[in-house]
Amino acid sequence: MADLLRVEHLRKSYTSGRPWGRKPPPALNDVSVSVARGRTLGLVGESGSGKSTLGRCILGLTRPDSGAVIFDGVEVQALSGRALADFRRRVQPVFQDPFGSLDPRWSAGRSVRESLDCFGIGAPADRERRVLDLFDRVGLNPALAGRLPTHLSGGQRQRVGIAAALASEPELIIADEPVSALDMSVQAQILNLLMDLQKDLGVASVFISHDLGVVEHVSDEIAVMYRGEIVETGDTETVMTSPRHDYTRTLLAAIPRPRSSAPRRPPCPQPT
Amino acid sequence: MTATANLPAKSLEVGTPRRSPRHFILLGGLILALLALVAIAAPLIAPHDPESVDVHRVLGAPDLQHPFGSDVLGRDVASRVIYGLRASLLVSVSAVLASLILAVPLGLLAGYFGRWVDSTISRTLDLILVFPAMLLAVTFIAILGPGSVIAALAIAVIYLPILARVMRTSTLIVARNDYVAGSRARGASHLRVLVTHVAPNAFGPAIVQASVLSAFALQLEAGLSFLGLGTQPPTPSLGGMLADGREVLIQAPWVEIFPGLVIVVAVLGFTFLGEGLRRIFDPRGVGE
Amino acid sequence: MSVILSLDNVGVRFNTAGAAQPAPAVDGVSLQVHRGEIFGIVGESGSGKSTLANAVMDLLPANAAVSGSIRINDREVVGLDDEALRSMRGDEVSMIFQDPTASLDPTWPVGDQIAETIRAHYPVTARQAKARAIALMGEVGIADAAARYGDVPHRFSGGQRQRIVIAAALANNPQLLVADEPTTALDVTIQAQVLQLIDKLRRDHGTTVLLITHDLGVVSMICDRVGVMYGGKLLETATTEALFANPAHPYTRALFAANPAGAPRGARLPVIPAEWSVESLREAELLRAAIGAANG
Repeated sequence: MADLLRVEHLRKSYTSGRPWGRKPPPALNDVSVSVARGRTLGLVGESGSGKSTLGRCILGLTRPDSGAVIFDGVEVQALSGRALADFRRRVQPVFQDPFGSLDPRWSAGRSVRESLDCFGIGAPADRERRVLDLFDRVGLNPALAGRLPTHLSGGQRQRVGIAAALASEPELIIADEPVSALDMSVQAQILNLLMDLQKDLGVASVFISHDLGVVEHVSDEIAVMYRGEIVETGDTETVMTSPRHDYTRTLLAAIPRPRSSAPRRPPCPQPT
Repeated sequence: MTATANLPAKSLEVGTPRRSPRHFILLGGLILALLALVAIAAPLIAPHDPESVDVHRVLGAPDLQHPFGSDVLGRDVASRVIYGLRASLLVSVSAVLASLILAVPLGLLAGYFGRWVDSTISRTLDLILVFPAMLLAVTFIAILGPGSVIAALAIAVIYLPILARVMRTSTLIVARNDYVAGSRARGASHLRVLVTHVAPNAFGPAIVQASVLSAFALQLEAGLSFLGLGTQPPTPSLGGMLADGREVLIQAPWVEIFPGLVIVVAVLGFTFLGEGLRRIFDPRGVGE
Repeated sequence: MSVILSLDNVGVRFNTAGAAQPAPAVDGVSLQVHRGEIFGIVGESGSGKSTLANAVMDLLPANAAVSGSIRINDREVVGLDDEALRSMRGDEVSMIFQDPTASLDPTWPVGDQIAETIRAHYPVTARQAKARAIALMGEVGIADAAARYGDVPHRFSGGQRQRIVIAAALANNPQLLVADEPTTALDVTIQAQVLQLIDKLRRDHGTTVLLITHDLGVVSMICDRVGVMYGGKLLETATTEALFANPAHPYTRALFAANPAGAPRGARLPVIPAEWSVESLREAELLRAAIGAANG
């Protein structure tokens, strides 16, 4: 099967901001990954590993120094005009919640509607109904459409963010730490939502997170990033059970597990 | 608990230094509204013609007919203050508004696009900032000639880099938010992102700064007129009246005091308004 | 086993001007922490876990009203005067916070910051304080401590900064260390190291630790016993093994089930029922705020 997204030998350095001092290490150093249609690539790494920069490069929001992002056979950097708009429609971001993923002055409904207006999807009169459908789709009460982000809970805000991403019916979602700011109980709901959407709509995704436990749960394949490089990549089962790189092993060992250790997961009855 | 906690909690709440911004805005707004009303309605409420000379009333003390007294040429000080306020407010407010209209797009562009756009805009504006405000204004007027329009223009140019820099900084902060990147990804053009997301969220600090600068502009206008470079006689202006009154300060203090007082009150009004706005836009004040 | 910290029916309520009667942030919490153990308090946002920690340290803002009894070494803390509190805070208890950067003065050499804390508690010379500070830095795992004594905080990594904060907290040999989310701001690999450090200190010095966290994984790694909080209430306490093997409360069970680590890959995670969801807590809070605004 042809890959939906291919990232080839991507390099990106940021200037240090001050003229003196050491040059910071590159944010991306010869990074190559690929995602097939409908599949999920988990991108795991610590802060500063370059995983977010990679996400922004894929979205076309940051220009790499060299290398190529190829979406559905076309190089993204060469796109402009209608072709670029079409690419943007097909690749959508979901961000970490409380750090400003929704405009504080915009109602939830307006944020979801934005891409319908920008891409000119559907008749203008029809868009209001579409927005409410999207609210329904992500499990939000349509009555919340009029609320400002400050009057929504973290989980609700993240659902609004997901609805906004889904509005243009994308084929690839770049989710950058979509659940790390959420409470455990809410995190489970959002993960469920993302997995359901993937199953129902066949969207492919790049799931970026520092939490290997979360990444393992949702991903078909995992790429481990460390200091701007992909140090290990493979299907989830292989990476989790027989990691080849030292850093992956460190990450695995750092996943907190119950000390009694016998069951990998504490036995827990379903809540009724 | 601690000793302070033994006091009733209510009194501690009230005693905290964070006054509601509403008080400041209300007070500042009230002062400015009053002054603006006086300035607009000058022809209706001024008791006399501000420019009519009366040799019989030279340096006349305040009385019922002339509540603020008369000046060296026997002109009614009250009427001159009212018209002077009109001229001064017009110059300072229009100067700051003009400055703001230019500074907002410049700051937005510099902060949002960064790189060479930022360096070009910022370095050019820095050139203005190199000179002291008064010197710049005087130089400007020396080239273009005195007058209230030129004075307003000079003030606008002086404050342009300050306002643009404030706008640039808040733009930098707002542009870092994910909703800006998200909006681009949702197909919005740069212009659309700037107008719908960045500008509304970055505008607050510039408004605050503009309000505070209006107070300075009023003083600057008064200073220029005092030097004879701003509003030209016989048209009254607050600064020009200060210059006139200076020579007769001992015999007829009213010629100096009343325009001076009005300047103080107007400056206070702008400052209160600015302080109130600052507290509203202060991120910690969002919950208020 | 002797009890070092004993809470009896502790409640905390914040009085906010204008708002309707606020819900208590902490409600009827009773528990006992034994000498030398690491006691974890785990909960999601709004559970009151941090408020409880601050109540133990008497660090609550002035508008907080504390009820019930908090006893440290059999001495009542609630209602204690400032002077007695200050000496107690220094000699018996210490606290470390989530953000090590905020706990350190950015312009001061870190060694001096530790030495200053030592001199505030013991009548020692500057030289002795410095020697002790270097020893403490070594103990918390700062390599080449003597050479790094004079470095300012930003020359250290986040994990090293938290180690230095811990060193400063140990300056007075506290019997009880209250740690509020001490590893939340750190990368996972660093988190494990800092937790190991806390565990080592407990074993070497017998320091009792009250560890506040939202992370069940952290609990499982070093806590001996755990209390689970939700909505200001303590739902259950148990040894870590017992809690993970057989959680008694439905909320705890649901919380465990919601953890994706180790759950069957790609399977839907069981969702916490609405009555135990932090989302409903948040809705209720917004509702109260709206009512308060309407009345005020």
